[in-house]
Amino acid sequence: MIEKIRQIGVSALDSLAGAGRATMILGSVIIGRFSIRRGIPLLIKQIYVSGVLSMLIVLVSGLFIGMVLGLQAYNVLVDYSAEESIGPMVALALLRELGPVVTALLFAGRAGSAMTAEIGLMKATEQLTSLEMMAVDPLKRIVAPRFWAGVISMPLLATMFSSVGIFGGYLVGVEWLGVDSGAFWSVMNSAVEWREDIGNGMIKSVVFAVVVTWISVFKGYDAVPTSEGISRATTETVVHSSLAVLGLDFVLTALMFG
Amino acid sequence: MQKRKRFDQRKIEILVGFFVLASFLALLMLSLKVATSELGTSTSSYTLFAKFDNIGGLKVRAPIKVGGVVIGRVASIELDPNDWVPVVEMRLDADYNRFTDSTSASILTSGLLGEQYIGLQPGFEDEESEFLADGDRIPDTKSALVLEDLIGQFLYSQKD
Repeated sequence: MIEKIRQIGVSALDSLAGAGRATMILGSVIIGRFSIRRGIPLLIKQIYVSGVLSMLIVLVSGLFIGMVLGLQAYNVLVDYSAEESIGPMVALALLRELGPVVTALLFAGRAGSAMTAEIGLMKATEQLTSLEMMAVDPLKRIVAPRFWAGVISMPLLATMFSSVGIFGGYLVGVEWLGVDSGAFWSVMNSAVEWREDIGNGMIKSVVFAVVVTWISVFKGYDAVPTSEGISRATTETVVHSSLAVLGLDFVLTALMFG
Repeated sequence: MQKRKRFDQRKIEILVGFFVLASFLALLMLSLKVATSELGTSTSSYTLFAKFDNIGGLKVRAPIKVGGVVIGRVASIELDPNDWVPVVEMRLDADYNRFTDSTSASILTSGLLGEQYIGLQPGFEDEESEFLADGDRIPDTKSALVLEDLIGQFLYSQKD
């Protein structure tokens, strides 16, 4: 009996310690001094790896999601002869919700898991320890550029996702189903607000970026340095960041548009 | 032979530059084409005011139309503190600044359930009529038709 209670205590302490280590990493990454001469090339390399290389999947999914949204919206709205409204429907759905959320989910799967695996393998092969031996801070050299690269590139990817999605909605609605092009844009124009919709979508996307990349680098840095540990850490990255994004999205939506 | 692709720093920097540029283009497209842009409105505008007894569901940025053509937007809606009547500020394109004082403004609804807009009916022009200057008030206005009131009146008239 007392042993059971002890196990609960141990797991609670473990998760607390994990949260503490994660906060320490985030703190040292954010506070840590950034040297322009050495930091910028590392940052650019990581933006390339996590941002530029994720562009294809983000653009293609954005296009198809916009097209599907346009098609579904058309099928419902045509009954009320309000098919011009697919413009605002597609744009608002993408800018407010799908753009930030789906980009974050794709980013977690495409770049976050890679980050975790890379850092985890560095830990398993004791590269992080050897960096420390050479008096190079692995947090500064390895973790910080990846974190900032993720935080920078995800909002950029989300804007591309939304605009390509709107273009997809345009393709389906106007080019295929024959909604009037002028009405499509002007109804969308009067429904979408810059601050309210685009601005809040960007804020969401930045929040998701911080959460997803934080989870990714932490899971990698904190991985058990075995092959099994790395595989578990990679899975945890995808699962935890997806759950965190979806949960936070509800909270942010309630705060912003509630 | 397995050949590893190696990107040198320069190539990576160029690609990242494209990436950032593409996303800024996307943001530009979103803000100019998708959202209501304050930038797009022409700098020269012509402002008229109108008092309505009831503005119904009229909103700021609602279109102002003459014969179905949009020539401006509602800039603001305020309540006159002296007589408790809503005052609507209409910002029109400066190309259409030749409205006479017999012009009438009415709040109309596009379709049965559509959004509300202001329809201007240009007045006649003779030697006695004057053109409305920038900042003038349109004297002749018709309030919004409130569907609920109409239904209420209809039901009331049915009772007799």
